[in-house]
Amino acid sequence: MTSRRDFIRITAMGAGVLVAGTAAYKVIKSLSSPEEVKKLVVDLKRTPTYCEVCFWKCAGWVYKTSEGKIWKIIGNDEDPNCNGRFCPRGTGGVGMYYDESRLKTPLIRVEERGKQVFREASWDEALELVSVKMKEVSAKYGPESMALFTHGSGSAYLSTLLKAFGSANIAEPSYAQCRGPRDEAFTATFGEEVYSPEITDIRDTKCLVLIGSHIGENMHNGQVQEMSDAIDKGATIITVDPRFSTAAAKSKFWLPIKPSTDMALLLSWIHEIIYNDFYDKKYVEKYCSGFDKLKEHVKDFTPEWAYGITTINPELIRKAAKEMADASPAVIVHPGRHVTWYGDDTQRIRAVAILNALLGSWGRRGGFYRPAKFELASYPIPAFKAPAKTWLDAFPGKYPIASLPVSNALIDASIPENKPEYQIKGWIVNGTNLISTIPNTANTLKAIQNLDLIVAIDTMPMEITGWADVVLPECTYLERYDALRAGPHRKPSLALRMPATEPLNDTRSDYWIARELSKKLGLVSYFPFEKQEDLLDWQLKKAGTSLDEMQKIGVKIFEREADDLYFAENEDVEFFTDSGKIELYSAYFEGAGFDPLPRYVAHDEPADGYYRLIYGRAPMHTFSRTANNPNLTDLMDENSVWINPKVAKEWGLKTDQYIWLKNQDNVMSDFQVKVRVTERIRWDSVYIVHGFGHAQKQMQRCFGRGVSDTQMITKVLVDPLMGGTGMRSNFVTFVTEKTEQEVVS
Amino acid sequence: MRYAMAVDTRKCVGCSDCVVACQTENNVPIGFCRDWIVEVTNGTYPQLEMELRSERCNQCVNAPCVRCCPTGASHIVDGGIVLVTHNECIGCGACMASCPYDARYPHPDGYVDKCTFCIHRIKNGLSPACVAVCPTKCLYFGDLHDPNSEVSVVLKKRKSKTLIPEAGTDPQLYFLI
Repeated sequence: MTSRRDFIRITAMGAGVLVAGTAAYKVIKSLSSPEEVKKLVVDLKRTPTYCEVCFWKCAGWVYKTSEGKIWKIIGNDEDPNCNGRFCPRGTGGVGMYYDESRLKTPLIRVEERGKQVFREASWDEALELVSVKMKEVSAKYGPESMALFTHGSGSAYLSTLLKAFGSANIAEPSYAQCRGPRDEAFTATFGEEVYSPEITDIRDTKCLVLIGSHIGENMHNGQVQEMSDAIDKGATIITVDPRFSTAAAKSKFWLPIKPSTDMALLLSWIHEIIYNDFYDKKYVEKYCSGFDKLKEHVKDFTPEWAYGITTINPELIRKAAKEMADASPAVIVHPGRHVTWYGDDTQRIRAVAILNALLGSWGRRGGFYRPAKFELASYPIPAFKAPAKTWLDAFPGKYPIASLPVSNALIDASIPENKPEYQIKGWIVNGTNLISTIPNTANTLKAIQNLDLIVAIDTMPMEITGWADVVLPECTYLERYDALRAGPHRKPSLALRMPATEPLNDTRSDYWIARELSKKLGLVSYFPFEKQEDLLDWQLKKAGTSLDEMQKIGVKIFEREADDLYFAENEDVEFFTDSGKIELYSAYFEGAGFDPLPRYVAHDEPADGYYRLIYGRAPMHTFSRTANNPNLTDLMDENSVWINPKVAKEWGLKTDQYIWLKNQDNVMSDFQVKVRVTERIRWDSVYIVHGFGHAQKQMQRCFGRGVSDTQMITKVLVDPLMGGTGMRSNFVTFVTEKTEQEVVS
Repeated sequence: MRYAMAVDTRKCVGCSDCVVACQTENNVPIGFCRDWIVEVTNGTYPQLEMELRSERCNQCVNAPCVRCCPTGASHIVDGGIVLVTHNECIGCGACMASCPYDARYPHPDGYVDKCTFCIHRIKNGLSPACVAVCPTKCLYFGDLHDPNSEVSVVLKKRKSKTLIPEAGTDPQLYFLI
């Protein structure tokens, strides 16, 4: 075997240029005397926050210098989500505040001889325009023709506004573009989802099985920390990934699977566990239903059968199954997070859920714990009127098991050619850059052409703000209060975010925006507190604390009401499924016209010269929203395309060479991407990190850097169960010279 | 007293949080860093192994940067930490050329800068910013002369290596393998 060695110094150092001579020389006092240090520490003012760079919402402290300048953000030791340690994105959150490309003032689109430009506006003028247009949409088509796309903390108040307005069309791309299939699959099986942060008891697990889930690269903070604890305690990690991920490098077993064949592997694992009597008999007998049907269903799915599909050695499949069984019930077959891959994702995660049920991990130490959440009092507001129509009525019968609005369905309902029962005519887009978030950008742009109103609320001039009629600049999370964080965990907790400093420029918080808009729409009764501080204080007092106390402590932990983190020995448990049991066989899916047991269906394969496009995360970036952050861009300023050396040799490609990608539908990447020749990727696939290739010039730092995976994803396999957009069925080839007109918007 | 750091390569996920925490803590200008991540992959698909490690100044006992500094700006203080007195540094770069670990960078203000093990923090009983922030807790810091310090305990328990030992610098940054 020839040995190859990739050596990469990930962080770039200053370009080795010496600053010589005394002209540039400035005397800087080194901070080394203890007296000075003490002064620095004491002078600091710290305010509590919880992070908004990703959805993990770690609580921390914002430290300022004595001049009041934001200096650094560190974790709050009491916080169960972060245990006092932020991830690089959270630590780099300061960059969000200092990013000079930020939106600064409200903008209104000006139509100027076919050229779309914006003019600056006052808040009053901008909000007045939004309210007039919203009223027009409502009068012409009904209030349900307004839709909200939202993500993050702003959702709380903008959702209230939209519901008060009369629309339930509030979609988060985190559902149909990310975790929806998993939530539906686990709900169908266990009667409960896996929540966020996930209720995976990684801290105490003996065996963690990751299927395409690259913990460590996706810096889901608490999970990364617990995986590290588990490694310390000698837990086994099993990773299934066509790419040699960071987690794969820390695994006892890495299964280098042929992409799109995970279902075959899962079925063969189920087969192994049942037919070797590896399953938890007592648990299955007591808690599960449909075992006999499952056993019959997987009869022929042997590891040898799976080998032919997955290319994974049957012995490796067997060894991994034995490892899981030996660890049972302290085993986690991880549900994953961004699981929208091949359009049969709900069924694939059903197989994951079934596997967990057979191993008896749900409700057990080292498996999945029972979460506890603090229930905040809701402040008195008028009841929302039931909307005349919801998103479900736009396309009756579609996505029958979707429990939340599907963002792509709302976009489809904005296009008249799709013949929706009623059309969406106005969008409010908050913190979701739909151009980079929703695959098939052409479809999104088509929808945009048919709208009467688009309002973009964001901190940055993202691609979507370029398409908006009105742009409302939010302040960053470091400059505002927000709804209290009360997510689930082992113990109930509350976390406060408060402004560390005054908002920069003419930016405002979502609460302020929603309330001001509610005044113009005659809906202010839904926002009874003029100041958000009063609302928070009211809620906190009901919770037995106060705004004053929370400003000092940031995070408050409450005790669990009962000692029920795990099932007690022989506990009778009623699951929230129709049968009250863990449903191995899903009568619910069957009733909706779908397979009650998951089955393997082969997916398309790349043509000669094309490679499957796999995308994922780098630890220092999240979604597509951090690419311009000065601190995080400093760590990684563009993505690269990972290519196996065999493939690179065939094409004559070298590391650091720039190329274009072209997909199976002849879509050429707007920008060039750097080649990274590495053994860490299979020869039938290429890999890029999501969130680069921004085409918005106003984002000075990231404009034109790297390639946008979303742009390359034109073939989308929509999950018929819940509308999830399968995004791993696109194939790309390499273009070293571009002959077409360069597309630079 | 002999300060040292150990990096657990089994736990490091190469997230670069240590880098950002150092940059914000020490006001390191954007575009420069005092610590960084190295990734080394060996083998051929699918027989592969990979090491991720957080690197910084090795705070060498036998520090070439100190030996070759013409002004004495680079010096070693109690606990063995190598420091640069900014206003004595003329930015000549001799230390940068002599460092086998490429651990120093030219600060735009005209002096050479490097990791200090966050001496301002450790003097106040805190751990270095990179150690305090690391989500995987893969960084261990402390006094090697104290047998009960975190770093002493972990180095006794686990196998470790240092980088470029053949340079004879006696580095005090250890990598647990």
